[in-house]
Amino acid sequence: MNTMNPKISSEADGQSVESGEAVPLREQPEETIIEEGKTVGKPFADNPKFKLRNVSVAYGKDRAIKDISLDIGRNEVISFIGPSGCGKSTFLRCLNRMNDSIDICRITGQLMLEDEDIYSSKRDVVELRARVGMVFQKPNPFPKSIYDNVAYGPRIHGLANRKSELDDIVENSLRKAGLWNEAKDRLDSVATGMSGGQQQRLCIARAIAVSPEVILMDEPCSALDPIATARVEELISEMSESYTIVIVTHSMQQAARVSHRTAYFHLGHLVEVNETNKVFTSPEHDLTESYITGRFG
Amino acid sequence: MSDQGSQAEIVRKSLKRRYRKERRFRAYGILAIAIALSALVVLFTDIISKGYTGFMKTTITMEVELDGEMMYLDDATDERQLKMADFVEPLLQALIKQVPGATQDDKDAVRELLNPYASIELRNLLEVHPEWLGSTQAVTVLAHTDVDVYAKHAGDDAYSIKLDERQQRWVDQLMEEGVVQTSFNDVFFTSGDSRDPSRAGVLGAIVGSLLTMFVTLILSFPIGIAAAIYLEEFAPQNRFTDFIEVNINNLAAVPSIIFGLLGLAVFINLFGLPRSVPFVGGLVLTLMTLPTIIISSRAAIKSVPPSIREAAEGIGASKMQVVLHHVLPLAMPGMLTGSIIGMAQALGETAPLLLIGMVAFIVDVPTGFFDSATVLPVQVFLWAGSPELAFIERASAAIMVLLAFLMSMNALAVWLRKRLERRW
Repeated sequence: MNTMNPKISSEADGQSVESGEAVPLREQPEETIIEEGKTVGKPFADNPKFKLRNVSVAYGKDRAIKDISLDIGRNEVISFIGPSGCGKSTFLRCLNRMNDSIDICRITGQLMLEDEDIYSSKRDVVELRARVGMVFQKPNPFPKSIYDNVAYGPRIHGLANRKSELDDIVENSLRKAGLWNEAKDRLDSVATGMSGGQQQRLCIARAIAVSPEVILMDEPCSALDPIATARVEELISEMSESYTIVIVTHSMQQAARVSHRTAYFHLGHLVEVNETNKVFTSPEHDLTESYITGRFG
Repeated sequence: MSDQGSQAEIVRKSLKRRYRKERRFRAYGILAIAIALSALVVLFTDIISKGYTGFMKTTITMEVELDGEMMYLDDATDERQLKMADFVEPLLQALIKQVPGATQDDKDAVRELLNPYASIELRNLLEVHPEWLGSTQAVTVLAHTDVDVYAKHAGDDAYSIKLDERQQRWVDQLMEEGVVQTSFNDVFFTSGDSRDPSRAGVLGAIVGSLLTMFVTLILSFPIGIAAAIYLEEFAPQNRFTDFIEVNINNLAAVPSIIFGLLGLAVFINLFGLPRSVPFVGGLVLTLMTLPTIIISSRAAIKSVPPSIREAAEGIGASKMQVVLHHVLPLAMPGMLTGSIIGMAQALGETAPLLLIGMVAFIVDVPTGFFDSATVLPVQVFLWAGSPELAFIERASAAIMVLLAFLMSMNALAVWLRKRLERRW
């Protein structure tokens, strides 16, 4: 199973994977040994959306992801938790190849979306990203009007033939993102003038507008206040009916509130995956327990 | 507790020193700005005080009797007759009438008050109004350069007055009567260079500059921006691109005269392009401006936040769409500013143009990219080297024109930046 050299590692991972986050962990629990490629809990599912096997990611010589195997089910909300620098964002970004633009990033293993290899040379990354949308940590609307922000995806993919169709897509997306009532009278005003929470919901609307199957969310609420966070979480719960959602979060409460399953990452290893209430009430692995009880991370 | 007290004491002691340091630093800053500003003020006062007279011309207005017999002309519509006719005599006679105490014997002395070009002015007038023949008309013609210098600079020791005392008295009287007048120098803006200072103008140089700048802009802006985009967005990170990058930075530091030599060797000697033409000038200045544009454009592209790129990529925009829809519009203000600064540099450039022969004495205003031409800074260079002080004041005036162009270009750059700048 282990194609990479099975190094047992618990030293601090030198490479910061997520921008703006300090790597050093506050404290290491007593020498806990993680066996590479071994995940406790329920990492696999029947008829999954994503089938990920033995995934490793390296930035040059630093291995950020070490032999992770995981299934992500249909219409499932799965959250990735773990201390800073544990590789959860890196892993998330592999799912729609956002790491492609990093030259030194090397990905090995098998990543399948609906039984098609994500990293196959025949795979068109543009088509992949139209199916697997992404919402980022910091709200990043284009410095254009609200309408143009949402309409951008449908426009470049040619999803609408007429202005009225485009109008419908924009309205629907904004409705789904719960932003229609606030935005309908100011569709032409610049998106960057909105509040942070509104901007993040706009980014979600923008992602929905191309009708993706999966939405990846990289700490979508870390820059938002509690009210905006609650609004976005509500939205995630509503969206889970029609989308597969993968969410990276630093807030365990958030993971507990929104997700069906929770995956705990540690230093590039996937330590434990299980139903969310199980992970938070009776974690199987020592590291998971230490983390959720707040002993480190 | 005592620890805290002594620590506070230490901090308090160092405070004074820290504030002193800050005050000293501010004083240095203010001093530096004051020096820069005063240098600027000295420069401007010198140029303006020396050059404002360049914007004035001296003219003679008089009632000229256009007697066909005197001029050997009986049909003003006949071109051959116009060529042969005498236009000096009616002007001379009219001026003799105006000059108090002058007789027919003083013809030569009076003639020296008239500009040699005055007769041509009169002919041009008659060509337009042939019906004036036989009548008496009020005509305004240019005065001689010596009269011009005397009228503007009488009493200034720096200028040598070439009129003799009798002529000076005449001019004094004519000025009192309003026959000799100084007015705004339209000739300066409507004609090319001339050996005669009072007829020399900057129009040829302005048009030459505009043509050269046009070639430079058309070539350097698209090439520079395309190079910047490729290097920043598409080029693989390897030794070769590093090498290119280092060399672009080196090119920006190459003295401009080297580009002139290159232009002479390659464009003129190798490709056989003509000398002294705006097209070659534009090519040379393009080489000089490219590094500036590439470097500033790359900086502008780099300053586009990666979050915008990610946002577009996350929706599934292709690399080209990310660049065209998002990076370029956001980087455009910076690119434009850099390009305009580069163009302003090129506009003020003299050395490389000297080498490709744009330093020739050219009277005609150029009409195309392959007409012999000169440019504003070279015109300044030519006039400033002239022994005649009347040319020096024109040089100062030309410097003011050049500065006006440069300032308006910089103002345009600032305006564009303000206008196109977007917040994110």
